[in-house]
Amino acid sequence: MEEAVKMPAPKLNAENQEYWDAARRGVLLVKRCADCGEAHHYPRAICPFCHSGSTEWEEVAGTGVIHTYTIMRREQPSTITAYVALDQGPIMLTNIVGCEPETVRIGMPVQVCFADAEDGLRVPVFRPR
Amino acid sequence: MTIRGKAYIAGIYEHPTRKAPDKSLAQLHAEIAIGAVADAGLTMADVDGFFCDNDAPGLGPISMVEYLGLNVRHVDTTETGGSAPIVHISHAAQAIASGKCSVALITLAGRPRSAGVSANPPPNWDVPELPFEYPYRSSVLNQYAMVAMRHMHEYGTTPEQLAWVKVAASHHAQHNPHAMLREVVSVENVLQSPMIADPLHRLDCCVVSDGGGAIVVVSPEIARSLSRPLIKVRGAGEAIRDLRGGKANILESGGARSGAIAFEEAGVTPADIKYASVYDSFTITVIVQLEDLGFCEKGQGGRFVSDGQLISGIGRLPVNTDGGGLCNNHPGNRGGMTKVLEAVRQLRGEAHPAVQVQGCDLAVAHGTGGWLASRHGSATVILERE
Ligand SMILES: [Zn+2]
Repeated sequence: MEEAVKMPAPKLNAENQEYWDAARRGVLLVKRCADCGEAHHYPRAICPFCHSGSTEWEEVAGTGVIHTYTIMRREQPSTITAYVALDQGPIMLTNIVGCEPETVRIGMPVQVCFADAEDGLRVPVFRPR
Repeated sequence: MTIRGKAYIAGIYEHPTRKAPDKSLAQLHAEIAIGAVADAGLTMADVDGFFCDNDAPGLGPISMVEYLGLNVRHVDTTETGGSAPIVHISHAAQAIASGKCSVALITLAGRPRSAGVSANPPPNWDVPELPFEYPYRSSVLNQYAMVAMRHMHEYGTTPEQLAWVKVAASHHAQHNPHAMLREVVSVENVLQSPMIADPLHRLDCCVVSDGGGAIVVVSPEIARSLSRPLIKVRGAGEAIRDLRGGKANILESGGARSGAIAFEEAGVTPADIKYASVYDSFTITVIVQLEDLGFCEKGQGGRFVSDGQLISGIGRLPVNTDGGGLCNNHPGNRGGMTKVLEAVRQLRGEAHPAVQVQGCDLAVAHGTGGWLASRHGSATVILERE
């Protein structure tokens, strides 16, 4: 996508593999609890609210707003680290891409996109919409 | 049961070094341990409890107990980052109150400056959140900067108000011969320093230093047998603040809970406090914690710290009169230990005369260890000069 430099890739495990498989297909997943109905991020096999083991992957549109952000000035090029509040509820840590750092604002509407990472993975990041 | 009045801080020691290329980490722990035990008027043979966190080399307490030649009957290595030494005071008081030890030694040391070690640990892929943060280069720096950015957005906090925390620290540090940064700086100096992670400038960030400190906590009987001032542990609280599945309020630190628990146990309020040591990893850390400890309304922290209000002898609440992590030192990238040391100096009347708070009989030391926006351990201790 917009990133010329590949992002560092996480090492995966059985609990989070599906999230990253979906990201490779350009799909953002959140976990939702089948018992209490709450969505959470980062995704877990066990619901952090009611501790049910019945959590389910849910495909989401990946729209939200910037909850807060910072511009990491010492990185070349500068990266924008942010929490995005998903329309589905939880906030998630991410990077903002596809815009000049000085134009980023809290409350700005954003849309998920996927950046190439090491190890052939793709990572959900967000751009203005 | 309460720990109120069940334990006293009898000995403290702060290592004078700020850069120790010629010393090992274990050696630093030993030097501060010996210093604190001597300050109490005790010997290493009197120590029967040992407390450290992950900055100590070896498996838990085992290697350092051996290195120090201790004969302990109680150990605790609770790890909550930079707040751990404050947790250890509470746990030491609990152990003393229940008869598990009577002379507890707490050490913290580090040499990140000489070793060139980052405050961000190497990846451990069993940590469940890490795969969801590592690709974005999550760091100590950006997890504090994002709180500052949101605080400015919600409450109208300004870069000038953040800068006042550093200005106060520099006013205090000019009197500390061991401080790394002794030059008094202005709000303009802070704002003109390079932007590191918006809205934090370089001078909004604490120093990286080598060094360490140690504390000896003892039973009331032993405290009264010594010739040191009686510094009583009056109350303590601890908390873990995390992201709650993505639904947390990132502007509220764990200090809201640890502080409430500590003040309740102590039976005092923030208005009673004469001196406060508040973890200052960044300027924003102080503002958020002062709010959460109850020194001002939530959102008013920026106004509370402005115009020199944290400077001893000038402002309404003297904070970090040793210069804090912003100017004095930040051994091992962990600030909780030095927070307690300066609080004890203030209560003893042993702070530098230029920053000593007159009639200082009640103080708080508060620490936040970890990442302010995402997850951290908080610990608060309230100390009283008897
Ligand atoms: Zn649930």
